[in-house]
Amino acid sequence: MKAGDELPPLEIGITRTLIVAGALASRDYQDVHHDPELARRKGSPDIFMNILTTNGLVGRYLTDHFGPTAVLRKVAIRLGAPNYPGDTMVLKGRVEEFDGDTAVVRVTGDNGIGRHVTGTVTLTVAAAVTVPPGGAG
Amino acid sequence: MDDELHARLKAYEGRPAAVAGVGRDPVNAPMIRHWCEATGDRNPAYTGPGAIAPPTMLQAWIMGGLSGHEGRAQAYDELLSLLDEAGCTSVVATDCEQEYLRPLRPGDEVAFDTVIESVSRRKTTKLGTGYFVTTRTDVRVGEALVGTHRFRILKYAPNRREQKAQDRQERPRRPRPVVNRDNAGFWEGVRRHRLLVQRCTACDTLRFPWLPGCNACGSAEWDTVEAGGEGTVFSYVVMHHPSFPAFSPPYAIGLIELAEGVRIISNVVDVPYDKVRIGMPVELEFRAYDDEDGELVLPVFRPRAGEVAA
Repeated sequence: MKAGDELPPLEIGITRTLIVAGALASRDYQDVHHDPELARRKGSPDIFMNILTTNGLVGRYLTDHFGPTAVLRKVAIRLGAPNYPGDTMVLKGRVEEFDGDTAVVRVTGDNGIGRHVTGTVTLTVAAAVTVPPGGAG
Repeated sequence: MDDELHARLKAYEGRPAAVAGVGRDPVNAPMIRHWCEATGDRNPAYTGPGAIAPPTMLQAWIMGGLSGHEGRAQAYDELLSLLDEAGCTSVVATDCEQEYLRPLRPGDEVAFDTVIESVSRRKTTKLGTGYFVTTRTDVRVGEALVGTHRFRILKYAPNRREQKAQDRQERPRRPRPVVNRDNAGFWEGVRRHRLLVQRCTACDTLRFPWLPGCNACGSAEWDTVEAGGEGTVFSYVVMHHPSFPAFSPPYAIGLIELAEGVRIISNVVDVPYDKVRIGMPVELEFRAYDDEDGELVLPVFRPRAGEVAA
């Protein structure tokens, strides 16, 4: 692995079930994440994914790729376009730095209306594990 | 752009948002499983004996849940209330930065302290206008710091209601009368709830509105008489459009002929705008407007008691 390596993209279908299940699993009962009518009253066309679920999906994207021995050290994300039901988000990653066993990966997630998430993930990858560049973990 | 509210909000920077908070449940396998099922995460590190919790669950362990937050500090509640009062009633999380110092395992009991790091200036986004509030939470198990969690929310007035929210915030003032040395006596009378009419001291002609000279004989000498307050609607218009700030059309504007014989333009109040009629008997009333920024008193006319049109 070296800086500049691209991770294979991961497509996430944004269903109502994913949005609601993610909200409940993260104990986030804000109405905009499960009640379309109240979401509309707050100026949103529909319910949308909460930030904790996005965070979880970004973490999953990295460990799916680097494997179970990879350890997440830092995840910093910023949200943009909301994830609404019926959309698809495509997560992409690019290794920005790789030093010893520590990798810094830049992550983006785009959906049908724009860029949902940008983030930087720092993780350590066990030295014994070799991951082919661009290969699935 | 700075604003007065921002100065008040900024005073909360550095104050606690939560003190000695405790996770509702210890880290546990069922919550981990629900999380992994929801996010489709099949990482074997999160199952079986020796399982760790997905690090990105850090915040889930300290969420208040359906029954709300406990242990929230007063400063944070005050900050959110200030924003609510300013019309920023909606909230959306925008940024999350987490650092994981050691994995959490089932059985770990988490405790946390949160501080209000910063409050942004007023920002307009696609969602609406509001303020970004950043908090930082230290999560501990026992004495050990296991993770940090920086969280930014936008507390905002949604776009569709932005105008209304602004209206509440900066209620438009009614236009002020232009007071000059020719009419100052009239407005001074209004302030004391007296409707004063000029009277020419040369020919006794009453005149209204106030003017420097008599429109009958040209004399500049005058005194005043106080109107008794009774009148009739001589003519009227109903204002439908355009709407001006501080006014809500439709409303009736009357040309009122006072019992003394002069005419004055003012609002006809306490009667539906479409029930105002020529000849309707009315009486004078003084009303105060815009109480919060210096009282503006205006003479208006209401239907005379017992003579409201059907």
